[in-house]
Amino acid sequence: MVATTGSHDVMRTADGVPLRIKLRRAERMRKVWAITLVAPLFLFLVVGFILPIISLLSLSIEDPDLTEGFPRTAEMFQEWDGEGFPPPEAMATFAEELAVAGRGEFGRAAKRLNYDISGFKSMVKKTARKSEELALLSPEQMLDGFIKIDKDWGDPAYWLVIKNASSYYTDYYLLWSLDLQRDKEREIVGVSPDRAIYVDVLLRTIEISFAVTLLCFLLGLPIAYLLATLPTRISNLLLILVLLPFWTSLLVRTTSWIVLLQNEGLINDAALWLGLWNEPQELIRNRFGVYVAMVHILLPFMVLPMYSVMKTINPWHMRAAASLGAPGWKAFLKVYFPQCMPGVAAGTLLVFILSLGYYITPALVGGPSDQMTSYWIVQNMGRTANWGLGAALSVVLLLLTLVMFFIYNRFVGVDRLKVN
Amino acid sequence: MAMPSYATTFDRIWYVTFRVICCLVFAFLFIPIIVIIPLSFNSEPYFTYPMPGFSLRWYEEFFASPQWLLGLQNSIIVGIFATLVATVLGTLAALGLNRAEYPGKTTILAVLISPIVVPIVITAAGMFYFYAKLGLTGTLAGLVFAHATIGVPFVVITVSATLAGFDYNLIRAGASLGGDPLRVFFRITLPLILPGVVAGALFAFITSWDELVIAIFLASTEEHTLPRRMWSGIRELLSPTIMAVATMLIMTSVLLMIVMELLRRRSERLRGITP
Repeated sequence: MVATTGSHDVMRTADGVPLRIKLRRAERMRKVWAITLVAPLFLFLVVGFILPIISLLSLSIEDPDLTEGFPRTAEMFQEWDGEGFPPPEAMATFAEELAVAGRGEFGRAAKRLNYDISGFKSMVKKTARKSEELALLSPEQMLDGFIKIDKDWGDPAYWLVIKNASSYYTDYYLLWSLDLQRDKEREIVGVSPDRAIYVDVLLRTIEISFAVTLLCFLLGLPIAYLLATLPTRISNLLLILVLLPFWTSLLVRTTSWIVLLQNEGLINDAALWLGLWNEPQELIRNRFGVYVAMVHILLPFMVLPMYSVMKTINPWHMRAAASLGAPGWKAFLKVYFPQCMPGVAAGTLLVFILSLGYYITPALVGGPSDQMTSYWIVQNMGRTANWGLGAALSVVLLLLTLVMFFIYNRFVGVDRLKVN
Repeated sequence: MAMPSYATTFDRIWYVTFRVICCLVFAFLFIPIIVIIPLSFNSEPYFTYPMPGFSLRWYEEFFASPQWLLGLQNSIIVGIFATLVATVLGTLAALGLNRAEYPGKTTILAVLISPIVVPIVITAAGMFYFYAKLGLTGTLAGLVFAHATIGVPFVVITVSATLAGFDYNLIRAGASLGGDPLRVFFRITLPLILPGVVAGALFAFITSWDELVIAIFLASTEEHTLPRRMWSGIRELLSPTIMAVATMLIMTSVLLMIVMELLRRRSERLRGITP
């Protein structure tokens, strides 16, 4: 249509503008409109969601406690090379700032020092109480003055901890979240075994997510297949059995499992009555309870994507395979199952991604050794108020989730994410 | 899926076993949800069958408790406002996403979807830290804001799904007949995508209604929501009142599910007419 016969003879619209320019202008207008429509939500999410997460994650590389509590001390300790004892002037500044620091800043700084050596907090407090004694001393007598207050000041390790907490930007918390630390030579080494818990927690998070995904797949495959092959009228009815749990609150379903699994719960009662076992079994506050409740909650997320793909597979393929002599299982594995792969990939990845972040269910039906990374993030944000470590654990969990989401996007596609 | 005549004995046994396995999985999905409903009508505060008698006392206790009622009221307020915000912003964004191709579109879509993917504990902790600076912690406004952000992806997804089969010639036809963009939107586009918008709104509502982790971080003791109150209840003592609340929440879910099914069937029917 838009054929130009010559430069002087272009197709023009009613107002005399060449059609090509007019089209391009209309196309540009459409793009501007499209972006204008997306912009409000984008900004809303940036303020309400992206900025909060970025500001949380940035806490993992910040170590403000000492730099804000004892700013001049922090500056001087940073210049010290870490060999032996710090220069007397740095110690004197520390003594001065101990005496004048406000209560809040002092408490946070003392708590920060306590992370590395327990007992450091009370030692700093004691020293602060007696800081007038130090104010009278000359720089040469400073170290002896400190040692007189507490003999542990004679151990260079304590001074080194102060130095290590003296820079505002740090990899301290990120290393801690992987059970690592820097030694005297600033080399990265493992922390002592009694403090090393977070790698175990991370591996446990992956292990639980993997097991839940596998169980969901094994339980979901038969019912997705059944739903896809039954007549629509019956499968629509049965689908309600999958959709009801999907729509029911996670907290309600977890509560149900507590009622069912606890020692005086319905399952123990029934089993005792039937004589299956003679005394109440521990079904809750352990890994078993976590698996049962999480599989129940996540199973619909596995079944629905598999079902929607299976529904599109022509059932005659199975008949054709059978007529060519394939036994039922072989026809299923070689002909049917490969065609389900998009649904299987979507379901397994979705369940795995969702499992990684579970908190409520393990907290209610799991024992102390079944808690996942999310639980430790909450613990560090709340009870112990160790925001740096909580943020560092969030970085680890988020990276793991984003890697899985990237794989999901690559193989399934975000635009294929369906909710009903 | 009837058995064909050439089925072997093994096929027949497998067929029966397969059906039994499926029944067990369906029972596993369904029984835990219905089992607590009768317990909420138990006359005694125990969670065992057979029940000694029928009673509405736990429901009476719920409606007599200012604590529970405050939670209910807050959940409704937060749910409605979060749904409104999420639906309006999500629908506009979905229209924009499907209107034209432009660079970075997948990235934008990934950002819009990200609230579903990011572990909820990280979202909640980030909001707790950041909203505190804005003075939004412990307020209903903060909860509305937070719940709207996590409800929005569902609206974007459902409306986008409806728009996938949308005929843009209808908009052009409307414009060529002299309708200004607003009029075309309200008279042509909106009625056609309405099932998707309503489905998205229902998802956004149920997301807010059931949301707990953000409420743990953001809500104060005065401004708690129903799930937040239930959470502290479960951790202290699993009382039958919680069974009554759970039953009411299940009923809400059933109601929403029915509306959703009707919407889905309606849109399937409509799609059946216009190929």
